[in-house]
Order: sequence, then C-alpha cells, then structure tokens
Amino acid sequence: MPQSADKILDHELLFREPEYQKMLADKKSEFEFNHADSKIQEIVEWTKTEDYKQKNFAREALTVNPAKACQPLGAVYVANGFAKTLSFVHGSQGCVAYYRSHFSRHFKEPTSCVSSSMTEDAAVFGGLNNMIDGLANTLNLYKPEMIAVSTTCMAEVIGDDLNAFIKTSKEKGSVPADFDVPFAHTPAFVGSHITGYDNALLGILRHFWDGKADTAPKLDRVPDESINFIFGFDGFVVGNMKEMKRILGLFGIDYNILCDPSEVWNTPTDGEFRMYEGGTTKATVERALNAKATIIFQGYCCEKTSKFIAEHGQEVVVLHSPIGVAGTDKFLMELSRITGKPIPAELELERGQLVDAMADSQAHLHGKRYAMYGDPDMMIGLTEFLLELGAEPAHILATNGEKEWAKKVQEVLDASPYGAGCKVYPKRDLWHMRSLLYTEPVDFLIGNTYGKYLERDTGTPLIRMVFPIFDRHHYHRYPIWGYEGGLRVLVMLLDEFFESIDVNTIVPGKTDYSYDIIR
Amino acid sequence: MAKLRQIAFYGKGGIGKSTTSQNTLAALSDLGQKILIVGCDPKADSTRLILHAKAQDTILSLAAEAGSVEDLELEDVMKIGYKDIRCVESGGPEPGVGCAGRGVITSINFLEENGAYDGVDYVSYDVLGDVVCGGFAMPIRENKAQEIYIVMSGEMMAMYAANNISKGILKYANSGGVRLGGLVCNERQTDKELELAESLAKMLGSRLIHFVPRDNIVQHAELRRMTVLEYAPDSKQAGEYRTLAEKIHANAGNGTIPTPITMDQLEDLLMEHGIMKQIDESQVGKKATEVA
Repeated sequence: MPQSADKILDHELLFREPEYQKMLADKKSEFEFNHADSKIQEIVEWTKTEDYKQKNFAREALTVNPAKACQPLGAVYVANGFAKTLSFVHGSQGCVAYYRSHFSRHFKEPTSCVSSSMTEDAAVFGGLNNMIDGLANTLNLYKPEMIAVSTTCMAEVIGDDLNAFIKTSKEKGSVPADFDVPFAHTPAFVGSHITGYDNALLGILRHFWDGKADTAPKLDRVPDESINFIFGFDGFVVGNMKEMKRILGLFGIDYNILCDPSEVWNTPTDGEFRMYEGGTTKATVERALNAKATIIFQGYCCEKTSKFIAEHGQEVVVLHSPIGVAGTDKFLMELSRITGKPIPAELELERGQLVDAMADSQAHLHGKRYAMYGDPDMMIGLTEFLLELGAEPAHILATNGEKEWAKKVQEVLDASPYGAGCKVYPKRDLWHMRSLLYTEPVDFLIGNTYGKYLERDTGTPLIRMVFPIFDRHHYHRYPIWGYEGGLRVLVMLLDEFFESIDVNTIVPGKTDYSYDIIR
Repeated sequence: MAKLRQIAFYGKGGIGKSTTSQNTLAALSDLGQKILIVGCDPKADSTRLILHAKAQDTILSLAAEAGSVEDLELEDVMKIGYKDIRCVESGGPEPGVGCAGRGVITSINFLEENGAYDGVDYVSYDVLGDVVCGGFAMPIRENKAQEIYIVMSGEMMAMYAANNISKGILKYANSGGVRLGGLVCNERQTDKELELAESLAKMLGSRLIHFVPRDNIVQHAELRRMTVLEYAPDSKQAGEYRTLAEKIHANAGNGTIPTPITMDQLEDLLMEHGIMKQIDESQVGKKATEVA
C-alpha cells in the first residue's frame, strides 16, 4: 500500500500511485461501458465550435450551472446583519444546512441559522405547529433578541402564511407577544439571493417602522440629519464594511448602517464562541426612519426596499456597487451633496494614489479582454473599473440580471471607446459562458469558485472576485470598494496577469528570454 | 377614489359560483363601480360571461410559455369585458399534476406587484371548491379580501362546503381582517331551501344575504356566454342580481367572524327542518331491499 501512517499522502498524490491507477482503469474498462475515447473527444471538440454555441444559446428549457443562489440565502445574510438576531427559516432542514455551509465555506466562520424542520406531515397539514415549537425552541435555546423568519420552497408551495402563523404562535405562548419576529416570504424558486436580501430587509424595516404587524403604533418620522446606508449582498462584506465605516468616519457624519454582518463573520479566536456579534441594533433601525436620506450601494439588491424607504419620505440614492475611480467619486460626491460636508482631504489623497497606481500598471492591462459573471450590481461596478483601465469587459453575464439591467450595462459600455466590442448577457448561465470562452476567447475570466471548471476546460485564467469563493482564503477580509478597494482590485487583476505571463515564459532556454525580473 | 374593496366568492364546485359572481359584478358595474375579477380556478371560467369567451391567456399558461412570471406584462394577462370590467384568470395545471394552490399565490402576487389593483373600486376573487390548501386561502389572507361570500344551496354537500369554508375564514379572521360577508343561496328547489339557508347562516354567525331564485333565463344567457344583466337587463332575474349587488355594496364592514358547526350539528339542522328523519342506528348501512 502506498499509504502509511508515517507519511500520509493526500488525495492529490495518493490516487496517482499504481494501485489506484490500475483500479481506476479496471473500473473504466469493466464497468463503465462508455463510448470510445475518440468519440468522447470528438464531442468535446464539437462543444468548442460556433455551431455548438448557436445551439447552446437557443436553449430554452434547461439551465446548466446558474450563477446565482436562492432567495433564503439572501434572507439569512440579512438576518446575520442585525444585532442578536437569529435567522429562522421556515421549511425543511436540508435547505438550512446549505445556507450555513455556503456562508461558512466562504467566510471560514460558523453561521448560525435554525430551521422549523418541516417534514411530510407538515407538508400535508401546514407548518403551523413547526412554527409554534420552532420559535419557542429558538428563544429558549439560543436566547436571541430578535428572530427573523424566512421561508423555503416547501412552505411556499403549500402556502403557509407567516403573518398569521407568527400571530398564532404568539397567542399560544411560543414567544412573548412583544418579541420581535419580523418575517419575509422568500420562495426559492422566484428570483435569486438578491431578491431574498431585498424581501428580508424590507420585512425588518416594515416590522419596525409600520407598527410591528398591527401590534404597535406606526412610527412617526421626525426628520434628522443622519444618513442611512444599505450595502446589499456582498461577499467582501468584512473588508468592505470596515472601509466604508472608515470613510464615513472621515466625513464625520451621523449614519445608520442597515444590515451589517461584517462582525459576526469576523470573530476572533480568543476562547469565546460568539453566536451573535455586532450588527444593526433595533434602536438603529427605528431611528433610521428619521434619516435625511438613504444611500443604497447595490440597487438590484434593494428594488422593493428602496421604494418602501422613498415612500416614507426620504431621499433615496441608488448606486450599483461602485468600483474604481469614477464610481467612488460619484459615491463621495453624493455623500458630500447630501450632508453638505466637504470630501475629506485624506480621501482626495487616496484618490490620487489610486490614479497613480493605475497609471503605473496601465500598460499591462490596456486592451486586455475579460469575461465576467456575477450579481447585476457588481457587474456594473467592475465594468466601469475595467473600462477606466482601458481593459475590455468582452462578455458580461448575470443569471439574475434582467433585460433592464443589460440596458444599463450597455449604456456604461457605450460611454467608453473600450466598450465597443463588448456584450451583455442577461439571464444566461455558466454553460453559455463556456461556449463564449471557446468561440470568442478572452485573456481572463472574473468569477467565483465555480469558474474554476471553466478555467480547467478553456484554459482561461480565473480571477476570483465574486461570491462564493471557497477555494481561496481570506479574500473577503479586503475591500473592493472605495479608493482603497480599487487598489485591491487592481492588484488582483495585475497578479493574475503577471502570473500568466510568468507561466508562459518559464521554459528554460526556450521561452525564458521573456522570463523577466522586472515587469 | 373610495377605498379599494376586496371580496371573494367561495362555494362548492358546480354550485353556480362563477355565474352568480359574474352576474352580481355586472350589476355592480351598472352601479358605476370599477371592477377587477381575479379568477382563481384552474378551469379559468370565472370571467367567461363578462368576456363572452373563455380566457385563453391565463397568467400561469403565459408564464409557463415565457419561462417565468417575471417575464410577463400586466397587459398580456388583463382583458377588458362588459362595462369595462377588468378580467384576469390565474389558470393552473391540468387535473392530476402540479399545484394549483401555488398558482393562485403566484398570480395574486404578480397582480399586486404590477399594479393591477390601481384605479379600481372592487377586486373580486372567484375561488373553486372548499378551502383545501394554503394556496386557495390566499384571497382570505391578510390584506386581501375583506369579505367572503359563500355561494350555497339547500343541498347537504353545499351546506357542508359552506361550513368548511367558514372554518378557513375563522383560521385567518383573528390574525387578518377577513370576515364572512354572508351566504348567497342559489336556489336548487330542494325542500324548505330558504328556511334551511337562513338557519345555517344563523348558526354560522352570519346571515343569508340573498336568496337567488332559479330561473331558466340564466341558462339562456349562459349559452350565449353572457350575463343575464347584459342578455336581458329588464328581466326579473336581472333585478334579483341587482338587489344582490346592492346588498353586497351596502354590506361593507358588516362582515362577521364565522362560528363553524360540527357535522352532527349540521345533520341536526336537517332533522329540525324535517328534511332528514331521526337516524335509526339499526338502519345505518342497510340496502333498500333489506329495509323493506
């Protein structure tokens, strides 16, 4: 046996040992009865052609590897952004295991979330009893100060009514009548995780502002000078939130951040487990009604929420994940306009430093072609930044982007000479992207961990900049927003570029005439 | 514009729910009310008499074609019929597959989000059969129908269904604002029908809002895919529907929380009125030949 307790081989090397190679070959020849290798290769080659791409894009009924997750994931994200709040998903248990593991694999932190554990009987008779027992257990076991309820497909298909269920649960003494249980219906088969973010955040704001489901008087708005910030579903929240708070601190403004999970996904190892850490407090949610304006950093994450806030008498400024110089400029100028405060000198300095860094490296990125996929807002921000660098975002794809989003991206492309040959793909998936990478190749792919299969198949180097990132650690600790964040994105783009040119020139005596010390 | 009033018609299948509701709503529109009908029956025949045709473009059939309900526009699904009544059919799956209840939820959410309720005085939901799952209860959940009208007759099963629907209303009455507006008896010419209907209404803590007599003119109109109001506006039957419409119109805020009864109480009610004899337990389960 190649494996021994003294020197343990990991799977990476272990299965290359002759015993395993023979076993795999035997399995293939004696049990798999597959097509001949030549036939398989022929089909593989065909999938790289224009002909196949045409068929692929004519696809109507099938989605292969969608670049999106489901609504409750967004709802769980939102619940994690509120102080001492436990996320409660009404539905089946397996779904909740998925949300928890998805976040934990990305942030490398535990993610707390409970399920009402609906089973066959609940599917037939409705999940009321699960709600009653579930809320009581949640409160008794985990002592949250708020329970934010969302739903899985199962509860949605049978039509469980959260408002009625929560009221009934309180009447039956499951949790005290005045305990805060905001809720949102989040059918997983509608929209994506950003829809769920929107619904869940709206559920919480509505609960506190509009009379706690008819159990308290509606709050009256007494306008003050504070500004609300809603940052949307963000895989880089740990780094971004820190950076945003720093910027707001430099401005010296009174602000309310609605939904801040940056601390619960960044707890220290010091011997104490923190189930709850940081997050927006109830008092902050309530006073946020009085704010002068709300800045929404990712508009497509907040379509209903922004409407709701505007209806409550505030100015609402909607951005789309600004990344880079012009995007950050716009954000800071809006902030300055609303608050009447000048942009701090420190930030102006940082702007100059980012522009300097971009100028230093511009020659390397100019004219490079990128394919990218991710959430609609981030795609807009990245498109803007790539164009600023003189790079070409050739293929821009969002499974959860609609036609209206595509129009917006097109406007960004049209405003730059580098956008001329670029195309936007709303409602497409990663199998469409695979065809694009073969028929219209690019230099780099920007995506999430799932993009590594595209990197493997097509040889396009992957830059991991989109949630979820499971196979690289700690990216989420660094910002991509603000001028500092722009610097980070620039470095990521450059690192992959230099890496690829080194790989291309590393053969001694053959290509290493370009294996340079200075790049 | 007055506050939007939302009502729903429930009742046993085949009781004449759609016919009664469409005739009544046609009469309501004669009173100058702007009306939206939301058909919540997979058969999609809740608007047939208003549109003079069975609606082909149901929300769910179009959504299935387009890929998802988000791809639909309101204009695709909303049809305008008699007296500018707006008509929408939710549609649903063929019998035996899928989930019609979920279809109702999807459709109503779509209509609300796309502003179908803007500028109307009345929204009326027409819902099939008993309340069976959460989906069919959608119109009686929070912020939807304020009053439910149950269409029934003097037949045992119609009364049974009316009682069941009351149970559904009761479930949501405390958490939401839904109330039982009353019973509408569609005459089947069974024994002592009026008395029975009145007694049942009383036991349910409600009232019989109107007794609609049987008249063949309804069939004549229906064969022409018309309401009686349009086919024969001067007929006596048209007057009956007008009366019903006026009563419903005046009934805003008068709904009650129903007090459903048990099966035994229902049987007692039939006995009280002499429709059913005291049950002789020795006779239960015996064939006619055996009894004789």
